[in-house]
Amino acid sequence: MKVSWREWLEVLITSIIKVSGYSAILFVLVIFLFLMIEGLPTLGEVSLENLFGRRWYPIEDYFGLLPLLGGSLLVTLGAILVAVPFGLGTAIYIAEVAPRWAREVLKPFVEIMAGVPSVVLGFIGILVFVPRLRVLLDLPTGLTGFTGALLLGFLSIPTIVSVAEDALDAVPRSYRDAALALGATQWQTIWRVTLPAARSGVITAVMLGLGRAIGETMAVMMVTGNAPVVPGSPLALFAPLRTMTATIAAEMGEVATGSTHYHVLFFVGIVLFLISLVVNITASAVVFRQRKRAERILS
Amino acid sequence: MATQQSLTTKRLVTGSSRRNGVQRLGFAFLTLIAVLTVLPILFVVAYIFLQGFQTLSFEFLFAFPSNGMRSGGIWPAILGTVYLTFFTTLFAVPVGIAAAIYLAEYAPDNNATRVIRIAIINLAGIPSIVYGLFGLGIFVLFFSLGTSILSASLTLAIMTLPVVISTTEEALRSVPQEFRVVSISLGATKWQTVQRIVLPQSLPGILTGVILGLERAAGETAPILFTGAAFYLPTLPGSPLDATMALPYHLYVISTQVPGMPVGIQYGTALVLLILVLGLNLLATIIRSRARARRQW
Repeated sequence: MKVSWREWLEVLITSIIKVSGYSAILFVLVIFLFLMIEGLPTLGEVSLENLFGRRWYPIEDYFGLLPLLGGSLLVTLGAILVAVPFGLGTAIYIAEVAPRWAREVLKPFVEIMAGVPSVVLGFIGILVFVPRLRVLLDLPTGLTGFTGALLLGFLSIPTIVSVAEDALDAVPRSYRDAALALGATQWQTIWRVTLPAARSGVITAVMLGLGRAIGETMAVMMVTGNAPVVPGSPLALFAPLRTMTATIAAEMGEVATGSTHYHVLFFVGIVLFLISLVVNITASAVVFRQRKRAERILS
Repeated sequence: MATQQSLTTKRLVTGSSRRNGVQRLGFAFLTLIAVLTVLPILFVVAYIFLQGFQTLSFEFLFAFPSNGMRSGGIWPAILGTVYLTFFTTLFAVPVGIAAAIYLAEYAPDNNATRVIRIAIINLAGIPSIVYGLFGLGIFVLFFSLGTSILSASLTLAIMTLPVVISTTEEALRSVPQEFRVVSISLGATKWQTVQRIVLPQSLPGILTGVILGLERAAGETAPILFTGAAFYLPTLPGSPLDATMALPYHLYVISTQVPGMPVGIQYGTALVLLILVLGLNLLATIIRSRARARRQW
């Protein structure tokens, strides 16, 4: 009797563990389901013409998503232009160039960078950064897409550094030795052997950094000025703009549950969800050649 | 790397000096980039510390806000963040660890497992504000939990899950395979092996993962905006079904929504939040490095 009780316990625990294992799939599906339930009524309530219009002015029922999409894309692009050179440069330095002590100093700093809440960065942005930028660039306001792009770039750097560094670490030592033995300098080895060998991991790093930037909310809401304008040229980066994330965060608190505005905000959520899905599936498709790296992306 | 570097340097002596110059310039450039990358964070932390620490006092930490939050303390926000973090841990840790055990110890190498991994990566990548929408839809409205500590914690728990799963799985995998083989060969069942051999051995790693998850939950604002955070409350929350003030949201409120806010209180609040989050980060680092030093395998 005792033995069978033990067996039952084992079976029970094993199934609990298995269900938990599969829960991640369940959560992704449930998240999507609830976004759809609350967001899809939009398509019945707002005409496509309106939805793809250039005006976001919910009080008068203008729900054009173009300014929000444009704002998000412009800020993210700016952020990536900041984050990629600094992120990859730091990753290469840590993995290939830095002496041991410098690595021991840099790695915790990158972790701290990843840990600082975005609301704290937004706060510093408002108090320290925005007023100085306004004076420096002689703008009417320092609350601009550019300010947001700089902060977002900063927030994406840790992701890029840690993933890219893992990718560089995963390149076998023998590759480098072979290059050096053939007379290449260490510099040539980095650019012509190590980096190309780690290419897929580096692409993943950039993708995940991009995902981080496009989904960031608080910092970007606090410093971009929140003006829903369709960016006409890259110069719009130096004027106030409005991202998708900031729109949801700023307006959801004030809308009536079940109203058209409420549904449209969920619709914006669906757009964000799908973008992050595409970015992450692309990133993981590249990364699955080396599973160990996939595990580290998240840590 | 250090030995390799000296080897390379020796080789370079015989190489052409032009290539040598390019390399030296390139390395100097990379060093500069690395320094420029960490300087801002150093600046942010130091600046908040210098500006904020005069505000820190017993009263600031343990008093209620008064005069429309323009004076007094931030106790309800601190306590709220502690509550949120506690309940988030309560929900996320059991599921997260169980899921990690499944992936590390039980899961076969097949397509279903691959889908789980992709789902986890996606869960980690979903924007935090979308978690906020989801929490509003499912917990606040569908399950009628209202804007409450419970709704916010459940939302934060699902968001924290991928961090807990991935760090725990890594910790479990670092336990050598021989340990499992020996345990099974002595007649232990799979679960007994996990419970008595693998889990105790990987405990520090799991703890690190849990703390990193907490750190993320404690600092997030967007997921709690519509699920449980309150602008201002005159009383402390009495049950998990009450809304609460929270540090990150409070910082957002007093730095954007309240005109004429004294700068000292803003920096003080930012400093408390920073100390909380970086303190957790430090704790995780200490546990990790001590476990590494003590490890016998």
